[in-house]
Amino acid sequence: MAYSEKVIDHYNAPRNVGSFGASKEVAQRKDIGVGIVGAPECGDVMQLHIKVNDRGVIEDAKFKCFGCGSAIASSSLATEWIKGKTIDEAMAIKNTQIVEELSLPPVKIHCSVLAEDSIRTAIADYKKKNAIGADAPSTTSAAASR
Amino acid sequence: MTLKLPLYMDHAATTRTDPRVVEAMLPYFSEKFGNSASRNHKFGWDAEDAVDHAREQAATLIGADAKEIIWTSGSTESNNLAVKGAAHMYAKSGEGSQQRGHIITALHEHKAILDPCKRLQREGFDVTFLTPPPDGVITRAMVEAAMRSDTILVTIMWANNEIGTINEVPEIGALCHERDVIFHTDATQWVGKMPTDVERDNIDLLSWSGHKIYGPKGAGALYVRRRKPRVRLEAILDGGGHERGMRSGTLNVTGIVGFGMACEICGNEMDADRERLFRLRRLMETELSSRLDEVQINGHFERRLPHLTNMSFGYVEGESLLMGIKDIACSSGSACTSASLEPSYVLKSLGVGDELAHSSLRLSLGRWTTEEEVRYTIDAIVKSVNHLRTLSPLWDLFKEGVDISKIQWQTH
Repeated sequence: MAYSEKVIDHYNAPRNVGSFGASKEVAQRKDIGVGIVGAPECGDVMQLHIKVNDRGVIEDAKFKCFGCGSAIASSSLATEWIKGKTIDEAMAIKNTQIVEELSLPPVKIHCSVLAEDSIRTAIADYKKKNAIGADAPSTTSAAASR
Repeated sequence: MTLKLPLYMDHAATTRTDPRVVEAMLPYFSEKFGNSASRNHKFGWDAEDAVDHAREQAATLIGADAKEIIWTSGSTESNNLAVKGAAHMYAKSGEGSQQRGHIITALHEHKAILDPCKRLQREGFDVTFLTPPPDGVITRAMVEAAMRSDTILVTIMWANNEIGTINEVPEIGALCHERDVIFHTDATQWVGKMPTDVERDNIDLLSWSGHKIYGPKGAGALYVRRRKPRVRLEAILDGGGHERGMRSGTLNVTGIVGFGMACEICGNEMDADRERLFRLRRLMETELSSRLDEVQINGHFERRLPHLTNMSFGYVEGESLLMGIKDIACSSGSACTSASLEPSYVLKSLGVGDELAHSSLRLSLGRWTTEEEVRYTIDAIVKSVNHLRTLSPLWDLFKEGVDISKIQWQTH
């Protein structure tokens, strides 16, 4: 299966790789939202850390990904897109935009879905820590529920 | 010497046709183009002579008589003919009835065995699919425990295509002969690489394929024992009654000539090839295991084909690893490309965790693999695994001492 040039580019030079600390540390930090989605037995796990300032803007984002090239590219792209956005703007990102940007084939659409989920889960985690909005999605991050 | 990229490390998938094989085939595309069934002119006689010669070459490789070789299009067809042909011939009762007979096979067989067996189940046969132990080796004792008074056929592969593990085939064959049960083995990964003798090894039916042994694609054979016991098969293809009525259809003379030549070369060279490839594989496994942490070799460590390794690199997903070593052709147990998202059913049947199955790589060496190529491959894998681990959240969790299996993951 051939990968698109953009997927290869993100795979070779992934943007914003990393984290804002070990899982135990970031769990305590109110300015960090953590999203871990997927499962090892399904072959992909995405971890997204967002750092949100007091105006609700995502100042910085870091990702790590266990998964195929398309999963790595989807999460790398997600960090690029959410940086500088408010959490409301970031919530509006749809997986279909990722599919389009990376020219993902149908069998790789789940990678874009995971990337969207990671954004939503990270924002939900941030909102929960800061007691923002009763309508915050109840899905907690996988790491938090262990 | 500079390496020619991409490198080929996928000889269990297929092999390059040996130039000596191509050379032998060429006249049968041009001046000797006859149909081996044409009994009344020189074109036909030349083709028939060539087919007979190839039959001798094929039979010699496995210790059989030339009359016991049936030409097919490859192992898938040989397996279908053997399994369905024997089941239908030795069925305890006719079409449309139930309890037509019992068949024993194993869960990590090739799909070309599993799917015919499943079809036979629908036709009223009982099939036992043995679950392999973690080392992947099917033993005589396992087959013996599954034997019933109505067992008519046992089909167990000689060596597994994904992990290279070697089943107790001669022992299972002996058991089958004691019980008057027909024994078939899919020897696609075995014959041509390892010494084979259908008499000593108690085989009744044996499938193999040209393109795995440096011969052409589209040419295969089925060994069908003629005495003690004389095995009969119900044909799948009806027509001109070629191949003792078991496989009608004009013979693929060029392919058969190539198949025969490939068998002869393997017979002469397999001992030297095997020694050399075993050393290269050992180099690969020891280097990778010493330069990387969390490397697992899948399947029985000793009872394995010498030229094949299946390794899992923990916390790294196989398909992304393949992408990172794009200059090296090999395969992964990660089925991330398939719609089901299911990793290798072979590794799963061994109880290798799904995540290690997703992290697996199969590398298979061949006749022209050099040490330089192996060293290049080792370096590329080390580099790519290290890169992907810097990206892997699971690697971080592992390093933090978190037990990943204890996490409540959201499966999807």
